[in-house]
Amino acid sequence: MVGLAARGEGEGVSPKTILQILALFGTLSMLSIGGGNTVLPDMQLKSESNGWLSPKQFADLFAISQAAPGPSILIVTLVGYKAGGTGLWGVLGAVIATVAMIFPAGFLVYFTARFWNSAKEAKWRKAVERGFAPLTVGLVLASGVIVARSADHSYGEWILTAIATVIFTCTKANPLLVVGAAGLLGWIGGMYGWIHP
Amino acid sequence: MTQPPGLLELALTFNKIALASFGGGLSAWSREVVVVERKWMTEEEFLSALTICRILPGANQINLAVFVGVKFRGIAGAFAASAGLIFIPVLIVLVMGWFYFTYSKVPAFKNVLHGMTPAAVAMTFAMALKTGQKCLGSPIAVGLFVAMFVLSGVVRWSLPLSLAICGPFALWWGWPRAGKEKA
Repeated sequence: MVGLAARGEGEGVSPKTILQILALFGTLSMLSIGGGNTVLPDMQLKSESNGWLSPKQFADLFAISQAAPGPSILIVTLVGYKAGGTGLWGVLGAVIATVAMIFPAGFLVYFTARFWNSAKEAKWRKAVERGFAPLTVGLVLASGVIVARSADHSYGEWILTAIATVIFTCTKANPLLVVGAAGLLGWIGGMYGWIHP
Repeated sequence: MTQPPGLLELALTFNKIALASFGGGLSAWSREVVVVERKWMTEEEFLSALTICRILPGANQINLAVFVGVKFRGIAGAFAASAGLIFIPVLIVLVMGWFYFTYSKVPAFKNVLHGMTPAAVAMTFAMALKTGQKCLGSPIAVGLFVAMFVLSGVVRWSLPLSLAICGPFALWWGWPRAGKEKA
């Protein structure tokens, strides 16, 4: 039998590292009020001081987690993967980090959702639903603007954003097709320098 | 909706939402599927759930999956929906991470991403427009919307602080209108 450690990844992952991963992401889970992005600075500092990732590597992993489908919080999967030493032990680190990031906050959401469901007919719940709807629309618009700004939109990208917004609003086109077409345009545009100089 | 979705359906639905969200726009995709396509939640129910999931700690979209899962199937539903949301993306991210650490470069998707991000942002804008048409029927509702947008998107105050300011007004406005049809 070939042990995991024999696969060229050194000694495997030490119990101390596992505890570090659990402690870091379990804590960040409960601190990430307003979403996972709020704890990214802390995550970067800790990943560096634990000797897992250089700032450049962290930034690259952030870009990867943004590009991949699914929630961008999956950067924790990648940090855990590197903390575990990449390779198969890294996969263990990745799973532990992901679970540690999801569970504490997930339980809080679970109890909140149960409470929310039990108040289905309560007047205060309906008041919150009615009153918070406009606020959420404001938040959604804000998050779009924030992403657009941080993604370093060039003129070409703003034009693409505007066209796609009109398509999404005024037609029933399949959003996946639009996103795919935009990706294709980005690829071609990148080759000819329309999108990014 | 005739009968509540089962565990498998929850997992598959959130898997679909996750895989569709290349380049971002998860909130918009969630709304597209949960409200428009499956009709699992009304517009207002979804929007308030989204804000609750943002206030609570944790990744917003995973929180939303848990929230929707609990609504239909309790704790098992929470596991099914959140696992459905992240299982395949975790695999994809791991493959990309393996590539990155093996060849020490970011996979060559940058230009494709530069096209997809504008489309994902556009989906988010379109969601704001569509939901806005339904929820912003009165001057006060518009005022609440503008206030929240400015505090969160322009001044960039934190969510708890912005909500502490706008929340009481929203409740004051929502209370007499609770459960009634739109004016």
